Amino acid sequence: MTLPMPPAVLEVVNADVRFGEVHALDGVSLSIHPGECIGLVGHNGAGKSTIVSVINGGLSPQQGEVFSDGMRLAPYGIGVARSRGVRCVFQELSLCPNLSIIENTRIMHRNLGGFGWRKRAAAIIVASLDAIFPDHCIDVGGPVGTLSIAQRQMVEIAMAFSDAGQPPRLVILDEPTSSLDSGLAAQLLAHVRRFVAGGGAVILISHMLNEILETASRIVVMKDGKIVAERGAGGFDHAGLVEAMGSAATHHTAARRSSVASQPTLELTLPKGQPFRAFQGEVVGLAGLGGYGQTRLLLALFDRHSPQWWPLRNPAVTFVAGDRRENGIFDLWSILKNMTAASVGDLSRRGFVQDNAEIARGDEWKARIEIRTPDMNNPILSLSGGNQQKVLFARALSTRAPVVLMDDPMRGVDVGTKHEVYGMIRAEAEAGRTFVWYSTEMEEMQLCDRVYVFREGAIVAELTGDANSEHNILRASFEGEAA
Amino acid sequence: MKISTDTLRLAVPVASLLLLLAGVFYLQPRAMSYNGLNLLFNLAVPIALATIAQMLIMAVNDLDLSMGTFVSFVACVAATYLHDSPLLGTLILLGAIATYAALGVIIYLRNLPSIVVTLGMSFVWAGLAVLILPVPGGTAPEWARAVMISKPPLVPMAIIASAMIAVFAHLLIMRSSLGVLIRGVGGNQRSVQRAGWSIIAARASAYALAASFAVAAGICLVGLTTSADANIALRYTLLSIAGVILGGGEFTGGRISPIGAVIGALTLTLAGSFLSFLRISPDWQIGAQGAILIIVLALRLLLNRLESKGGKP
Repeated sequence: MTLPMPPAVLEVVNADVRFGEVHALDGVSLSIHPGECIGLVGHNGAGKSTIVSVINGGLSPQQGEVFSDGMRLAPYGIGVARSRGVRCVFQELSLCPNLSIIENTRIMHRNLGGFGWRKRAAAIIVASLDAIFPDHCIDVGGPVGTLSIAQRQMVEIAMAFSDAGQPPRLVILDEPTSSLDSGLAAQLLAHVRRFVAGGGAVILISHMLNEILETASRIVVMKDGKIVAERGAGGFDHAGLVEAMGSAATHHTAARRSSVASQPTLELTLPKGQPFRAFQGEVVGLAGLGGYGQTRLLLALFDRHSPQWWPLRNPAVTFVAGDRRENGIFDLWSILKNMTAASVGDLSRRGFVQDNAEIARGDEWKARIEIRTPDMNNPILSLSGGNQQKVLFARALSTRAPVVLMDDPMRGVDVGTKHEVYGMIRAEAEAGRTFVWYSTEMEEMQLCDRVYVFREGAIVAELTGDANSEHNILRASFEGEAA
Repeated sequence: MKISTDTLRLAVPVASLLLLLAGVFYLQPRAMSYNGLNLLFNLAVPIALATIAQMLIMAVNDLDLSMGTFVSFVACVAATYLHDSPLLGTLILLGAIATYAALGVIIYLRNLPSIVVTLGMSFVWAGLAVLILPVPGGTAPEWARAVMISKPPLVPMAIIASAMIAVFAHLLIMRSSLGVLIRGVGGNQRSVQRAGWSIIAARASAYALAASFAVAAGICLVGLTTSADANIALRYTLLSIAGVILGGGEFTGGRISPIGAVIGALTLTLAGSFLSFLRISPDWQIGAQGAILIIVLALRLLLNRLESKGGKP
């Protein structure tokens, strides 16, 4: 195949990948040219992460070839990919939390060694952070473990764009903005445009379709391991893109008007700002910029209402974690065990887990939320990220706890799944469950009955009914700074 | 109020060492001398080396339950082959280090639990040690003996050696690229792998380095005791693990501190002397040592909580 364009930075031809019975990639060909930003969209499990793994060399396809600059790269692996300037920011955060940012930079850049590498690494990462996120206020000498999740993601992105003698030519961003607030996301996308204008290539994977539409020069839609549509930037609009992915169109369910009455089920007074209250059957949203105390409120609520020493017969609260790798899934357990982990008490008699009850519970929820697996006994890591998150939802919703706390649970979940889960949350709330929901996505806040807006660790606004709008949330989040 | 996390982690072991030292000096003022300090701490030198060895294994999220028998084995080799025919002795010890590196690779490749593999190996080392020295005996190599009984001016050998071990291990593990790589494997193996490093090489070098420190521990021990015994260092397995934890290290996640580990080893040695000075019968000493460990660890937990409350904006 000859191309009229300059040779591709990287080209994958006819890649085929199978994981057991799952056909993850079915003859996919994709070429990425300099000066191009490819937007890659699709459902969870459509094969986006798999094609990324093939491109960055982490996975060798059972069939297919990889070319770079017109040359075939016969044994292709991580080392070869990096030497070609391929860099990747992964969906789940992947820095070493015990190392400092400087030391992580050393790990990322193999050729940085030799006496005085600390100084060089610091210069490289600071330069990159400054270029992408001006006023980031991150101390590069400190350990990564003490950073907030947004800061970690910033560091990881800066790491991918950093240049230690071997400039990045193709940067793959897999859900890069999932834990960034809108300001930081805009800075990142601006940098992506600059990078592309300077002759770099970017693959952008995001469920924020607006980001894709605004940033990408070419949009590739994947479904069931195949590329189903590929057009220039102008060829899609929001609705067209959603349609091409084959998921349900976005409906805006009007928020239910809450009828405030009776005693609150949850109550917490914060050191400053307004107190937090939630009533039975309510969906309470926590909005505001990322890392301004929303997660801490959720943890405090959990601590307050869960027993410290002995398990209660009737659990009062349950939690859906956002950072699933770190505090959501049990890596080594099966899907079924992961799902029933929170409710084994209900599934056992005289201290023994009833196998049949557990399996029945698993099958029920597998059907209800469509976990895509042939067998619930497969390991949890065999699922794609979005499906893992579904399992975590099933774990929380299958308990009898009347209150569900959710810490940005939709990170990296596709539009279709999101709408299924929204529907379930709504139905459960009608049935009397209370949800406290922290999310960085505006659209999700519109689904809540009531929204608390956080700024700098305190609740600064409570929005109910018609006042709950994107405009008002933004205004409350930025009030201090806006003129 | 910005105190780095690492400094805070080091504060507990340092404070507990100073506290115990003050207690010992109060009970036995004569220990406050050149000879007194040397006697208090000279057995800590091999323990410190074994603790650094254990720490390297723990840095890659593994645990070595054969540390005690391995050090005993090395001590037996040092008191026999290394003394009688240095070349053969050196070869045996190099072979032992290579075996450790191979163990690290096997544990990774076959995805085995390190505890099981090293527990199995502990019987192998113990058996080899008994084969070499069925009855206690042997002679320490003269150079090892000379080093261990040397009397440098002003500061006793035990203190200088401990400081040198701490500084060397700190440079090697906390400052060098190899150290960063080893700790990176403990922190997040996948991301290290994705950056294009060989995990096999990293793990092999962690295990080989650990074995080198353990070999040094065995030779030092023989230098102190002048002869060896197949069971000479069995306590080292638990002492070394306790020393790492005491010094601010963690079982998983590649969080370790070489300086802390050396201080932890000194603290554990001192705890024994302290209890003897208190005239607590040896029967109760192990229990009392455990109690000291629990107190120090509780203190650290408390500090961690304060830290996580006070930290973060």
